[in-house]
Order: sequence, then C-alpha cells, then structure tokens
Amino acid sequence: MTSIFRSRYAVGIGFLVAAVLLFAVAPAVLTTFRLGLLGKYLCYAMVAVGIGLAWGRGGMLTLGQGVFFGIGAYLMAMHLKLADAGPGAVPDFMALISSEGVPWWWEPFRSGTVTIIAILVLPTLLAVLLGQATFRRKVRGAYFAILSQALAAAFAILLIGNPVATGGSTGLNNFKGFFGFSLRDPANRQMLYFIAAAALLVMVLVARQLMVSRFGELLVACRDGEERVRFLGYDPATVKTVAFAVAAMMAGVGGALFVPIVGIISPNDVGVVPSIGLLIGVAIGGRTTLAGPVLGAIAVAWAETSLSEQFPSGWTYVQGLMFMLVVAFLPGGLASLVKWRRTAKADPPPPPAAEKDLTPEPAGGAQA
Amino acid sequence: MIPTRARRSLLTAALLSVGLVLTACGSRVDDAGGGAAAESCVDTSGDSVKIGFLNSRSGTMAISENTVFDSLQMAADQINATGGVLGKQLTVVAEDGASEPTVFAEKATKLIQSDCVAAVFGGWTSSSRKAMLPVFESNDALLFYPVQYEGLESSKNIFYTGATTNQQIVPALDYLKEQGVTSLFLVGSDYVFPQTANKIIKAYAAANGIEIKGEEYAPLGHTDFSTIVAKVRDAGAGAVFNTLNGDSNVAFFKEYKNLGLTPATMPVLSVSIAEEEVGGIGVDNIVGQPVAWNYYQTIDSPENKKFVEEFKTTYGATKVTSDPMEAAYTSLYLWKGMVEKANSFAVPDIQAAAGGVTFDAPEGKVTVNGDNHHIAKTALIGKIGPDGLIYTDWSSGAPIEPDPYLKTYPWAGSLSG
Repeated sequence: MTSIFRSRYAVGIGFLVAAVLLFAVAPAVLTTFRLGLLGKYLCYAMVAVGIGLAWGRGGMLTLGQGVFFGIGAYLMAMHLKLADAGPGAVPDFMALISSEGVPWWWEPFRSGTVTIIAILVLPTLLAVLLGQATFRRKVRGAYFAILSQALAAAFAILLIGNPVATGGSTGLNNFKGFFGFSLRDPANRQMLYFIAAAALLVMVLVARQLMVSRFGELLVACRDGEERVRFLGYDPATVKTVAFAVAAMMAGVGGALFVPIVGIISPNDVGVVPSIGLLIGVAIGGRTTLAGPVLGAIAVAWAETSLSEQFPSGWTYVQGLMFMLVVAFLPGGLASLVKWRRTAKADPPPPPAAEKDLTPEPAGGAQA
Repeated sequence: MIPTRARRSLLTAALLSVGLVLTACGSRVDDAGGGAAAESCVDTSGDSVKIGFLNSRSGTMAISENTVFDSLQMAADQINATGGVLGKQLTVVAEDGASEPTVFAEKATKLIQSDCVAAVFGGWTSSSRKAMLPVFESNDALLFYPVQYEGLESSKNIFYTGATTNQQIVPALDYLKEQGVTSLFLVGSDYVFPQTANKIIKAYAAANGIEIKGEEYAPLGHTDFSTIVAKVRDAGAGAVFNTLNGDSNVAFFKEYKNLGLTPATMPVLSVSIAEEEVGGIGVDNIVGQPVAWNYYQTIDSPENKKFVEEFKTTYGATKVTSDPMEAAYTSLYLWKGMVEKANSFAVPDIQAAAGGVTFDAPEGKVTVNGDNHHIAKTALIGKIGPDGLIYTDWSSGAPIEPDPYLKTYPWAGSLSG
C-alpha cells in the first residue's frame, strides 16, 4: 500500500492539493482569459478521465470519444441558442439560410431541464447500445478502435452536411446567456470555470471509486484475460459496457461545459483529429493511472496553446513526436516515471496485471 | 475499504462549489448593461502600438491565408518605414487560426485580452468570421476582415474590406444577364457562403426571369465531380454559377473539360477563384472562364504597379497578387486613415471617424461606409487569360455603395428577414 496512487492518504492529499490549486490558486494568479483556457483544458480532462477508465483500465482503445463529447456539446449549444432566441423564436444562424423554422427535434431542448437530462442520458445510452452491439460479438482491440474512429468521422460529416440544423462547418456560437446568466460578465465566466473544476473533481472521485472497487478489478481482468473472466462465470461484455458508458457520460458532460466556456462548438472540435488528440494526452500522462490522464490531457492542451503561439505550424509535428516517443519508450506514460509505483509491491491484483500495464497495445486485442 | 476519505473530499468539493455558486452570481442576461465588456487594455503611451494578424498558418486554409498574411506584413512594413501611425511604430503580434473556427475565437480573445492589440486583421472563411464576431462584440474590439463574403451581416466591431454580395455576386448576375444567359446551374461547396449566396442568386433569378436548372452541393474537399458535372451537362443551362471553394475547383474544372464543356458553350462564372488558385487548377483547364472580383493583378494604375512590384520584390518574382491580398493590404491603410482622422487609437473614436475615410488602393479609390462598415468598391468581371492572369472584361464603372442586406434591391425583400 505504498503506491502513491493506491494509498488512501496520498489520494486524499492529492485531491486536496488539486482542489486548492483549482479553486484558490488558479483564479488568483490567472487572468480571465487564461482562466477560460484552463476551463477548456478541464473539459478535455473530463473526457480523459473516461478514456483512462475505458482504455487504461478496460483495454478499449476508443478513438471516437469526440462523438460523446460532441453530443453533449451540441445539446448544450442547441439549448443556449434557443434560450437566446427566446420562446418560440428561431435562432439567428437558422434564419440566415433557411425559412423553415426550428426542426422538430430541436424543440424539446428549449427546456433547460430536458437538456441537462439529455446531456447525461443520450451519450450514455448510445455507449450502452454500441457496447452491447460490439462487446457481445467480441469485437475488440484494433477492430473496436477502427469502429469508434469511423463513428467520429461519420458524426462530423453528419454535422457538416446539415447546416440548417447544426450550423454546418461553422458550428454553433455567439451564445449570450447560460441558464439566464450573461456570458459576458467575467463573474459568470469564473463561475463556469468553478463548475468545470468541481465536475472534474467529482469525476476523478468516481473513477477512483470504480478503479478500486471489485468492478475495477474485474475490468482490469477483462483487459488482461477476457476469456478467463468468462470461464470464471462473469460476463465481460457487461463489465466493458459499463466502463464505456461511464466514459461516454463523462465525455458528454465535458462537451456540455466546453460550450459556454469556449463559446463555440464546431465539427472541427468533435471529429477524428480531436478524438485522437484527447487520447494522446491520456497516453502521455499514463493511461492506467488515476491522475495520469487528467494531468496528461491538461498538459498536452496547454502545450498546444503555448507552442502554437510560438511556432504556428509546428504543433502537429510535436504532438506526433511526443506520442511516438511515449508509445515506444514509455508505454506507461509519464506516470510510470514516478518511482514509487515501479518499486511498489502490487496489492490485491496479481503481479501479471502490473506487467501488462507496460504493454503498448491493449492486451485484449492480442489474444486469438 | 477506501471510500471514507474520498467521500469526505467529495462532500467538501460539493459544498465548496455550491457555496461558490451561491455567493458569486454575476449579472443576468436581461440586466441592463448585461455585464459590461472588459476595459480596453491597449497601451498607446510608448512610441509603438500593437496590432494583431490572425490568419490560418496551418491546416487546409494555410495556402490561401499565408498570402494574406504576407501582404498584411508588407503593409505594416511600409507604414513603419514611412513614420508609422500617429508617429507610433506598429508592432505585429501574429497568431495562427489553424483553419478551425474554435481556434480563431480563442486566438482572437488572446490578441484582445492578453496582447492588448489596437486592432486585429485577418480571417478568411465565413466560419472563422462568424466564430470571431461574438468575441469582438463582447470585448468591443476591432476586426478587419479582407475577404468577399455572403453578406447579410454588419457588426460595428468588424470592418469588411472585401466585397459584399451587391459588389460581387449581383454584378456577376447582371453581367450574365447582359450576355443573354436565361438559365443557370448552381454548383457550390456545402457551407454557409455558397448556401447563402445561392439563396440570393435564386431570389435574383426569380425576379429577372432566369431559370435555375439545378443546384448541387459538394462537401468541402470533395474531389469526385463526375456525377455533378454530368448533371450540369445534361441540364443544358446557359451558364454555371460556381461557389466551390478550395481543392474541389481543381477536380471540377478537370472534369468539366473532360466532358467537352467549354467557356463558349456553357461558361462557369466563379467567385472564389483568383490568381493564386488558377495555377493549382491548371491554366489549360480554366482558360477563358469568367470570374467576379474587385481587383486583378493586371489592373493598370500607378498604385497597383507599385503594389505588385513591391510584393514581387519582397516575396519572389513568381508570386501573384489577388483580391483578398489586396483587400487585406488596403484594410491596414484604411485603419491607419481612421486612426489619423480620429487622432486616437480608441475603438469608439475610430468607429465615429470611420465614415468617409478613403484610400487610393491598388483596385482604385475605396471609401468606408460609416453605417455598415463595408467599403465602396468597383465590381470587375474578368476572364482568365492563357498566362494564368485575369483580365478585366466588364466593370461597374464607378464604386458600388455596399448594401450587405440588399435593402435597395426590391427582389431581395424576403432575404434579410
């Protein structure tokens, strides 16, 4: 129990430090603009927590979290556009290219309550359906990765192809209010940041809870030896579906908070490239750990902003290089550099699990 | 076994956030003033002033937007070499929009709030402009946007130095009508500019007895045009109105030539193909086709000769100059004119002084309209020559007053809503 990620005290202290940094230090030292950027990184980090659970713990290499992120984001954006337009009115961008009024499937999202429920339920439901359809048929490894990536590509094309309903390649932006609060007021913007920070902390706690529970052990077992789990009488498909659904819900909430914080959502933010970008943060941070995905996602997003300010077109290369270096030389991510973890005696789970942590590809895919 | 501590932290976090929510509520949407915009932080005390260039230096639009960046840079260097603006040297802060609307919005915020620039120049796609518009309005800052666009927009925080529809698309339709065209086929990329442009074209056609034989959209970046071009051929329209953007034009014109269609039998009038793009499409595939803009490299005026010469000296003899580059170059000089007229770098002073500011641009004399922040420009229909340059075939003669909402056109009554 000496591992920093497993020790109760370390987790408690780490959590407290994170809370102090997010709630006290960051607002004090950062300008409104930088705080807004940090809020955006936190939204990515929420997606990363889910990826850590699904990929790091469950071995499901999901290249399509942008879909769930996007559903959450577009639901929120639709509500904000409708709320700005006022009761019964048509949002500005729609009136510009069409005279047919609001599509019927937009109407329910005039209600804030319906929107929030939908943000929590729709991505989760989609993940459950997908999970049942794929994991039951034992689709895994590279096949699952390709499937999820194709889904992200299709989602972006769908959004671009329906400009009247989704704003097309421009996406949705120009939001004036957030549940009645003006988005131009710096006090409200800071509040949004706090909401994102609180949501992230809650998600990290949920992820930790799942990781150390019996469910978490079963999930790791599914990753490392799915057939054995089946022979022991468990249903790996259900276990994986639950983890995938939780990851989807986290991505959906991240997307929903991204919209008022960043002020725009477009297909560029939800397609294949951003989906893989999210994954890179998780891989660099250390996908099997609790804090790795969060810190990795924040660090990569921060590096992207500051590097692209210095070297406009260099960022893509840096990102690719980092990913290759980490996969080739540091498969456990930066978290594996933390010494305690290496030397620590693995607790309850058997030693093979710890070794498998270091393999670059999810073990599930390698088995015949 | 774990959770006690975790639960306690969870509780702390929950209480903390609830507490914050209760104590720090800002203004509501309907409050008067609704949370005033942040105070401008532009520093004009020294002997230099910062301006921002925001162009896509990476991504799909980089090839076009780099040329705009180059001509903006040239304008800034020229202004600095001749004494700056109000005696202050310009310091350029350049940011990359990465061809993504979200990045444009973020970088615009950075330029305004972190770098405290006096004005921002850039943007190309309508998506990037629409993404930046709320940023400039909520921060009460200034954007100079240099590309022709679909109109139906006017913000007091944006100066549009490219053509609006009544300075490009409407004259192009007048030209086609004069040529005796009675039916049109519309081909465009699937995004806001072609869609809105086609809406306007259809309203014009309905009022002028022009038949629309078909309307086809291809996704941006689409390169298989065999189906669409076959439909164009079979429809037998008098002309094609082309609002395709980017790579798609290469495939479209190759296919068009393949099927034996020529400018003589069925001309394709394009509104997004300038000197820069002709090389990529291949002169052979597009020679003789008409295009609509407000500037060509071949314009014969002392201002343009100087502009083209300097550009070639700075960036290489093989470089061409195009309409958006010229509009960007002009935008920096117009801003200079506004600042000097207002004798101030402050946004409200510039907005008040903007009306009537003129500049002898390479395209001819342009004048800022103080009401809608567009500029009066002369419309030119050109034909692509065998050397890849564009030669003026028809001109509106005098600058056309900008009318982004087409209010002075009776047939456009239903468009602006």
